[in-house]
Amino acid sequence: MGGLRCGIYDQKYSQDMRIFRTWVHWALLILSLVFIFTLPLYLPVRWIYMANMIGILIIAVQGLNILTGYTGQINVGQAAFMAVGAYTCALLSIHFKFPFLINLVCGGISAGLVGVVFGLPSLRVKGFYLAITTLAAQFVVIALIINGFPDLTGGVRALLVPPIQLGGKSFESQRDILFIIMPCAITMIYFAKNIVRTGVGRAFIAIRDNDLAAEVMGINIFRYKLLSFFICSFYAGIAGGLWAHWMGAISYEHFDLMRSIWFLGMLIVGGMGSITGAVFGSIFILLLDDVVRLYLIPVFAAMGLGVVRSTALSPIVFGLVIIVFLIFEPRGLAHLWEILKTRYRLRPFSY
Amino acid sequence: MGTFWQFVVTGLLVGAIYALIALSVVLIFKATAVFNFAVGEMMMLGGMFFWSFYIMLKINIFGSLVLASLCAVTLGMAIQRIVLRPLIGQPILTSVMVTLALVSVFKGLDGLIWKNMPCGFPDLLPRGGWKLGDVHISMDLFWAFLISIFLIALLSLLYQRSRIGLEMRATAESHQLATAKGLNINRIFTVTWILAGLISMVCAILLGVRIGVGPEMANYGLKAFPVVILGGLDSIRGAVVAGLIIGVLEQMVGGYINPCWMEVSPYAILLIFMFFRPHGLFGMERIERI
Repeated sequence: MGGLRCGIYDQKYSQDMRIFRTWVHWALLILSLVFIFTLPLYLPVRWIYMANMIGILIIAVQGLNILTGYTGQINVGQAAFMAVGAYTCALLSIHFKFPFLINLVCGGISAGLVGVVFGLPSLRVKGFYLAITTLAAQFVVIALIINGFPDLTGGVRALLVPPIQLGGKSFESQRDILFIIMPCAITMIYFAKNIVRTGVGRAFIAIRDNDLAAEVMGINIFRYKLLSFFICSFYAGIAGGLWAHWMGAISYEHFDLMRSIWFLGMLIVGGMGSITGAVFGSIFILLLDDVVRLYLIPVFAAMGLGVVRSTALSPIVFGLVIIVFLIFEPRGLAHLWEILKTRYRLRPFSY
Repeated sequence: MGTFWQFVVTGLLVGAIYALIALSVVLIFKATAVFNFAVGEMMMLGGMFFWSFYIMLKINIFGSLVLASLCAVTLGMAIQRIVLRPLIGQPILTSVMVTLALVSVFKGLDGLIWKNMPCGFPDLLPRGGWKLGDVHISMDLFWAFLISIFLIALLSLLYQRSRIGLEMRATAESHQLATAKGLNINRIFTVTWILAGLISMVCAILLGVRIGVGPEMANYGLKAFPVVILGGLDSIRGAVVAGLIIGVLEQMVGGYINPCWMEVSPYAILLIFMFFRPHGLFGMERIERI
């Protein structure tokens, strides 16, 4: 097996910097791409819906990963930045009817700018103070959506969003929109991977590990922290724009504090500071929640617990999973995956 | 001018309750270096405990207070023992995340046990009120204010004058040094969480008289965070002063600008304030070295 060589020996720097280093990697990449884009052929609509949701949330979690996982700045308001992107993108496509991609990028940029505004205090505050500042972002943004511009955003009512128009085709069904969401998600993951292995990414990591030491070494902390906030909220904005068109209607309720907590939970479960971790985390949490909804809740409801009480199992399971991961595997699924890969490579030897 | 004083008085009365909630967060932070995001949910559960004993099981008020306190103590101990003890000394994000996870678990517990129902509360405190010039002071709020101030004073006394308070302050200073001096910091953490559970329950009852207990109560926990940060994370005095300030400001915003903004005004004020005094009013300014 070509993938099981005793080591990969690079002769050029360009080989060393590759993301996909062996033909096994390339084969897996092509296979998974084929798998993702042929999903509509063999999955029922319900699971396509799940795949779309996973695709969107991976983008948001990836952004949070860059800010929280790589730069070490806690963000409890990712859902609010997502809301900014969602409303911007939706309003642009309703009122101006720009091409979809322009709307999406505008949504991302506006969310990014809002993120920078709320990231400004990060120059002087950190830790718990910053957590509360981003919590403030969560509440202030949602209050602005509800009370600030009710004529524009519809206030507490939902805002109807037209389907995506791209190249004369209308992407309405779950199957169609998969072909918009998945390329976006893959591109954003690819960008994230590349951001964190350039100089910018190394600056982020330096700030996370010790921001004073980073500053002494000549890294402009303020600039990089704001850049990190921008990238994080840009990702949230893109996710929000896709969410708006995917749901067909958005309301402030989609972007509440609980969703921000979910993003953080996905990040923790996946493993902070790991691009694959953010992907694993989103998939794991969403599928787990779906399994709870599909199987656990009906079982408990049938056992005489009642439907209302059984639905409460979903947040309990979510919270417990996070706690269990924090206690037993704080480096998350990404770490487990690394262990698994190493074990496989070294088999049959234990080390 | 009458409305102005009305806002000030109502704000101060409500602010004392906020201060008490914030105090529980500050106490936990000082002793254990954990920021308790789940304070609102602890209040919710505490209020529901009391409601279950007092209304559902129709036990008299003292009996139900004692039973609810027992439940709150158990809750505090359980949090400390099961969830936080394995996580001592972990980075900040872990302690943020673990309490956020507790938020989710407690919300679920409320649904599982009490079906997320908002529950009406009895006339526990005397109703009515009296007029002082143009200012109307409602009786229940006044009593809640008195009880809060009394408890705040009691807690400060406990913290400053008693043996366990001294141990808590030592632990707050440095976990390692406290351990080296022979303090059992696990015991102190447990005591702190028990105190937090009890304070949350009392706050829930005081607020519950006015607004009822239930899932809504968790939102009042969210009001404690700007108070804590405004006052300075590690300052008891700060929590009290900031509680009163936030209470008054909230009433002013609600009365003069727009009631819609009342809920978020503490956070908006906090955001602006952060630029000028990032460590809060009375918080300790940390000077960092590499």
